[in-house]
Amino acid sequence: MLSFVISRLLSALFVIFGVSCLVFFLIHLVPGDPVEVMLGESSQPADREALRAALGLDQPILVQLMNYFNGLLHFDLGESLHSKRPIADMLMERIPATATLAAAGLLVAVIIAFPLGIMAAMKKDTAWDSGAMFFSLFGISIPNFWMGPLLILFFSLWLGWLPVSGQSGIESLVLPALTLGTALAAILARMIRATLLEVMGEDYIRTARAKGLSERAVIMNHGLKNAMLPVITLLGLQLGALLGGAMITEIVFSWPGIGQLTIDAINRRDYPVVQACILLISLTYVVVNTLTDLVYAWMDPRIRLGNAQ
Amino acid sequence: MMRLWFPAAIFILWFVLALFGQLFSLSPDHIELSRILLPPDANEWFGYDDLGRSLWDRLIVGAQTSFIVSIAVVAISMLIGVTIGSFSAFIGGWFDHLIVRIIDIFLAFPGILLAIALAGLMGPGIDNVVIALCVVGWVGFARLSRAQVMTLKNRDHVQAAIALGASRSRIIFKHLVPLMAAPLIVEATFAIASVVIAEAGLSFLGLGIQPPTPSWGSMIRDGTRYMLVAPHMVLVPGIALMLVVLSVNLLGDRLRDWLDVRTRDRH
Repeated sequence: MLSFVISRLLSALFVIFGVSCLVFFLIHLVPGDPVEVMLGESSQPADREALRAALGLDQPILVQLMNYFNGLLHFDLGESLHSKRPIADMLMERIPATATLAAAGLLVAVIIAFPLGIMAAMKKDTAWDSGAMFFSLFGISIPNFWMGPLLILFFSLWLGWLPVSGQSGIESLVLPALTLGTALAAILARMIRATLLEVMGEDYIRTARAKGLSERAVIMNHGLKNAMLPVITLLGLQLGALLGGAMITEIVFSWPGIGQLTIDAINRRDYPVVQACILLISLTYVVVNTLTDLVYAWMDPRIRLGNAQ
Repeated sequence: MMRLWFPAAIFILWFVLALFGQLFSLSPDHIELSRILLPPDANEWFGYDDLGRSLWDRLIVGAQTSFIVSIAVVAISMLIGVTIGSFSAFIGGWFDHLIVRIIDIFLAFPGILLAIALAGLMGPGIDNVVIALCVVGWVGFARLSRAQVMTLKNRDHVQAAIALGASRSRIIFKHLVPLMAAPLIVEATFAIASVVIAEAGLSFLGLGIQPPTPSWGSMIRDGTRYMLVAPHMVLVPGIALMLVVLSVNLLGDRLRDWLDVRTRDRH
């Protein structure tokens, strides 16, 4: 187990290093002179040189890279060009909103997916099953940026039940969470159905039935428990899509999180902030994925004892 | 029957409108102030937008945009991904290790995030959208073809080709790629669906296709400002987008069953 944990952590460290390098080089993708793009064409040469020096862009690329990593290790992400505030502070302010949204989206997904997936598996090849699977295909096919306006249209504008946007109490969380959670619910429901069907063909299920357990106990205690492993992996992997989707959902609902900050920073050409946001979200994803792998191994001895890939 | 004919019809409609839409003599940018936000009626099935432009015309040109972008992105990503993935698995050793690490790094960017960053930094425009989505898209094909080559490269006919002294690229493109056509086609179909969503998503954020060129994503964004007075502005492009994505996904499902590609997540 220990060697598995160490090898998993080392590979996560490598990915973190690679991701940080890639994000560092992003600013060099800005066409032409990034400093000119940030300040505008009419800016004074003196201002440009000052900003170039402030961002360290006048130094050799290796020195820039060293300074960047040195900053990262000290949680010093530099200053926003727009507000002149430390970027780390700006991120800290926005993290709770995005975390709340992601957690709520995850909750919605789990609440919808489990009953749907279990029902579809139990009533395989019936109208219930095809209905549930068609619904889930719908969920996969509706993008966040259309689902959101659609929900606003029905529940806020036509029915007047829920607020359109902003962040005022639990009601304002309902629509964004539904928007974010639906696609994940759809994927999750399919996965639960598929793994449950696979597990239900196993010998120990027949044994459980033979000893007279109720069908409910068979599914809940024997079926679902064994079907959970791939579902947990999927949840970990899909968290990335959830975080990506949260960015768009935040824009739709004017939710003051990291996604909103990223898009605002892109529009203001505040590139250091863009870099920091991208880095934060992808590092979160790497950490969560690594944790998922470790939990998975902890839950299933076959993985930590067998050869991992 | 519904599972095949309905999505096939939608897909063909999308294809035909994208390729031959020009024949309708469209004027997607024609501003007619007297028709601002007019709802759909018998003459104009889809109504007008906030500048009095015909939503039907804009919808068709938007179909062209999404079609061109998705075909270009999937074709380029597939070429790059299959080449990298196949060579990586075939050559093996440190080269394969390196490629796997690079793939891991690209996979660490969740969903559309890397595309948003690239499109945002490179600036808007259709070519930058294609580049951004290819940078994200090749990884899936690389992973798939790497896994396929891993299982195929010990087959007798490949060993025979190696013994005959065939070059690596000849073996990969003549002896291996044809054998992985089925899973690649299925992967490409689902990739089209996700690229259509991603292009519309970038345009929705204002990072994709620039106005006045219509894109379904930017049409939805424009529509969100007038939802109370003109809900058709957000419903029309959204329904079109959803129907296309749903159809492509359904076709992918069918193809997967038909070509008998085994995967874990569907039965």
